Amino acid sequence: MTVLVIAENDNQLIKPAVLNTLGAASQLSGDTHLLVAGSNAGSVLEQARKLAGVTKILYADAGHFENPVAEDLSRLILSLASEYEHILAPATSFGKNLLPRVAALIDVAQISDIVKIEADDTFVRPIYAGNAMAKIKSRDKTKVITVRATAFESIMDGNGAAPVVENLEAVSPSEKAVVSAQELTKTERPELTSASVVVSGGRGMGSGENFDILEKLADKLGAAVGASRAAVDSGYVPNDYQVGQTGKVVAPELYIAVGISGAIQHLAGMKDSKVIVAINKDPDAPIFSVADYGLVADLFEAIPEITESL
Amino acid sequence: MIMKIIVPIKRVVDYNVKVRVKSDKSGVETANVKMSMNPFDEIAVEEAIRLREAGKAQEILVITIGTSAAQETLRTGLALGADRAIHVETASALEPINVAKILKKVVDQEKAGLIIMGKQAIDDDSNQTGQMLAALLDWPQATFASKVELSGDQANVTREIDGGLETVTLTMPAVITTDLRLNEPRYVTLPNIMKAKKKPLDTIPADSFNLDFDPRHQILEVSEPPERGSGIVVESVEQLVDKLKNEAKVIQ
Ligand SMILES: Cc1cc2nc3c(=O)[nH]c(=O)nc-3n(C[C@H](O)[C@H](O)[C@H](O)COP(=O)(O)OP(=O)(O)OC[C@H]3O[C@@H](n4cnc5c(N)ncnc54)[C@H](O)[C@@H]3O)c2cc1C
Repeated sequence: MTVLVIAENDNQLIKPAVLNTLGAASQLSGDTHLLVAGSNAGSVLEQARKLAGVTKILYADAGHFENPVAEDLSRLILSLASEYEHILAPATSFGKNLLPRVAALIDVAQISDIVKIEADDTFVRPIYAGNAMAKIKSRDKTKVITVRATAFESIMDGNGAAPVVENLEAVSPSEKAVVSAQELTKTERPELTSASVVVSGGRGMGSGENFDILEKLADKLGAAVGASRAAVDSGYVPNDYQVGQTGKVVAPELYIAVGISGAIQHLAGMKDSKVIVAINKDPDAPIFSVADYGLVADLFEAIPEITESL
Repeated sequence: MIMKIIVPIKRVVDYNVKVRVKSDKSGVETANVKMSMNPFDEIAVEEAIRLREAGKAQEILVITIGTSAAQETLRTGLALGADRAIHVETASALEPINVAKILKKVVDQEKAGLIIMGKQAIDDDSNQTGQMLAALLDWPQATFASKVELSGDQANVTREIDGGLETVTLTMPAVITTDLRLNEPRYVTLPNIMKAKKKPLDTIPADSFNLDFDPRHQILEVSEPPERGSGIVVESVEQLVDKLKNEAKVIQ
């Protein structure tokens, strides 16, 4: 029994969610192998060598893996798949895009977004925006799984034996899909899904400029800034801020929801946070039903006051 | 010009319904619950219509797989502006891999130039079918689309990714899955509902495809998510900050 984990990376570093995925892998029987595909990704390989619990690294370095497309990576993984009982990737936009393509090529049913491993073939995953939890037993020989990072501890650097590194021949580029441009949101802040404090704003913020007051609070707290769908749709903040059923899932130590009503689709992305604070001027807003601390107030008064007092 | 765009759509529990888990833990209660077209599929239908309106496509075919009740969703698709509908009839709840296999068979017969579908269904939240269909067809894919531009046999699709936005250039035929920002779907109007009744809707039994639909997953149980303990309402900013520092100990 062996587990293959796909190491999403940006050619410099392994994405933090991969470390949680390795945490999930450590709960499964058998060795863990890590697939690193990138372009001039030597520093990723160095980081991978130090990770606890990885016995083998499969390394594929090629120019067209700088921004690898699912069309190419899925064929590379297909060529390895027969060796593995489990193939895991984080349930990030990268993993969600890639793994179903792999599952279809090897003709298995994927298990998306697992939050718990009960046995090598039995997993728990949320359905209906997290309003129900399904316990699923897979009959497939190979289990193809995306992992909800916030539900698993991340693996640390180990001090065990260094893993074996095997160089792979990269598959030829498909050419029918090419990444032609990227417009990444620049931020000095911690990454939203792994930050220990998240401050999120909703429609109540009223404008993009008004997000400045949240930024100031986030500065004080060393927090990431998130948003509801309404705030993203209104153009206040970029799409990658969206927390929820169809955006990012976060579970920080502290989540502060500001001017967010608390629709089920939003709750799905943040209700596993340790401590939730809701600030809303409507005492009946559903967000208060999940909040540990609720403050009924006008955010434009409350937020500067909180920032001031820290 | 694309001759045909196929838009697979799904009937799901309406997004405003807070579902309840059945007491025997076999699933969630769907009897007497409002059902609607999956919101991401509405966005997919809308995008196809806009492409046709812009003269980039000729015909829009909507497909659904399910019981006869799912025909209602097809009629909605037709009322929104699709030209034709196919209902693949089955009483079984199929997993995304099997849905993708059926869709592949239909696409092979219908020879579509482009498939646009929702990135995820809001019932099982799997986010798999589009990518699987693309793999089975050996077509390129652009998931989580927020902008679609077609020129010749190329589709430039802007995708919402974790770090921001990415544009992929696909050579069609291709599969595109929709994200929330792609467009704002129009509403169905009464005259269009009447017109939709006259549009062609064909039914094909799922068994006729000779596929093996044995479920790969066994659902052992469906349970309630863990409840959060009830919180308190604080009176002032001062009290809030005090609680966060000294009770929850989450800030210094
Ligand atoms: C298919 C689908 C997927 C979706 N996915 C997501 C998702 O992933 N994430 C998500 O967040 N949503 C999602 N939604 C949208 C969701 O249903 C809600 O529409 C959205 O979360 C509402 O955002 P909001 O709370 O910011 O806005 P509103 O519901 O409009 O709430 C604004 C709140 O701000 C408060 N407010 C206003 N002014 C002030 C003030 N001055 N001071 C204090 N409070 C103030 C109001 O009292 C109100 O409670 C999805 C919807 C669909 C259909």
